[in-house]
Amino acid sequence: MGMGIDVRNRMARRASEEIAQGMVVNLGIGIPSLVPNHLPRETRVMFHAENGIVGMGKSPEKGLEDENLCNAGGFPVTVMEGSSYCDSAVAFGMIRRGRVDLTILGSLQVSQKGDLANWIVPGKKVPGMGGAMELAQKAGKVAVLMNHTDKNGVPKIVESCTLPLTAETCVDIIITDLAVFKVHEGSLILSELFAPHTVTEVTAKTACDFSIVEDIRIIEY
Amino acid sequence: MENPFGKIAALEQAMEHFYDGMTLMFGGFGGVGSPPDLIDGILEKGIKELVLIGNDTGFPEIGIGKIVSRGKASKVIASHIGSNPIAGELMTRGEMEVEFSPQGTLTERIRAGGMGLGAILTDIGVDHEFVAKGKKRMNLNGKEYLIETALTAEVSIVYAKKADPYGNLVFDKSARNTNPLVAMAGNFTIAEAEEIVPLGSLDPEEIVTPGVFVDMVIPSGGVNWKWAWE
Repeated sequence: MGMGIDVRNRMARRASEEIAQGMVVNLGIGIPSLVPNHLPRETRVMFHAENGIVGMGKSPEKGLEDENLCNAGGFPVTVMEGSSYCDSAVAFGMIRRGRVDLTILGSLQVSQKGDLANWIVPGKKVPGMGGAMELAQKAGKVAVLMNHTDKNGVPKIVESCTLPLTAETCVDIIITDLAVFKVHEGSLILSELFAPHTVTEVTAKTACDFSIVEDIRIIEY
Repeated sequence: MENPFGKIAALEQAMEHFYDGMTLMFGGFGGVGSPPDLIDGILEKGIKELVLIGNDTGFPEIGIGKIVSRGKASKVIASHIGSNPIAGELMTRGEMEVEFSPQGTLTERIRAGGMGLGAILTDIGVDHEFVAKGKKRMNLNGKEYLIETALTAEVSIVYAKKADPYGNLVFDKSARNTNPLVAMAGNFTIAEAEEIVPLGSLDPEEIVTPGVFVDMVIPSGGVNWKWAWE
């Protein structure tokens, strides 16, 4: 395992490479919430939350939580210099108006064309779409962070989603525990591998065709 | 405290405005910013068959979740119910109807209701099988939109950090969330406030919800549930 960081943090570290100075970024719950830990200190970013925060900072230390300062998942956060609060309608205005440059979110399935399915498993799991549709449809760039297969080993990257879609052809990049794919003009390109995983393994665990870049990057961290 | 507008009241007086089968809109996001004493009052009075409108169904014992978990809602209009598994069970068993609205569309429907408008036009979900189903569409300047109807409620309940006797409200950090929108969309709006301060002590520049939208102010005992992160 490279430098010895765990799989979730490897994925989060790779996702942090998508973030550039000055961006407005919305993070989903789960692995995406680890991304800020991997940003270089000098990178100034405004993290946006759907409940009405721009400029979220690190998690508070235990005992210093403020029950009225939480992210969209209901967990305590802090704010950085330059932060602001707004109501949820304004927070979504920022998304629809294209002011959120990047969203990093989890998913149940992603198709070859970049269709996103992450809001419902009919008859099993009925969370609702929350703000995922607005983010998927309107964020400047959509990055999916998810395990390559589900807990039964079934591929989550598929030719066509079997689960109801959140939004069509919206995903730009998929980062899994094995590899990184980019979606380009409706098709999938394998661009990076997390060491020691191989193209053979990725092919076996991916339920659709994809092309491979010539100079594939091997991520060693 | 002087009460020149007659808006400051006790919880018991607020309770006169709740009845079975009513439409009730609530502020809050994952329970943060939901009014604890009003929610408990509704439970104690045994109000049932509520049509609830709000961002989500909280957690089982947090926020509006307390009402949902006890089967007191016949219908919920929300964007998310995942943090309250009981809501999902009630929905699956057909004991509670759930109308899902994308979060930003829902807040805008509530805002439109509060602003006295009939609907909004949005392209969120315009090609989406589930969201677009049964909705009127409109082509405007060559672009396709869904018509999403405005939402109002018989009573709105909100949670504020500070209120003055006119009902001017200030919220606390991310506990603002849907509260200013919900406050505008109630035919009768009740604000539960952590602190009620004398008239003139709030800076007019800092007021988020003008008291014009607020009909009643009650003092709050503060959050009485344990948060998921605790």
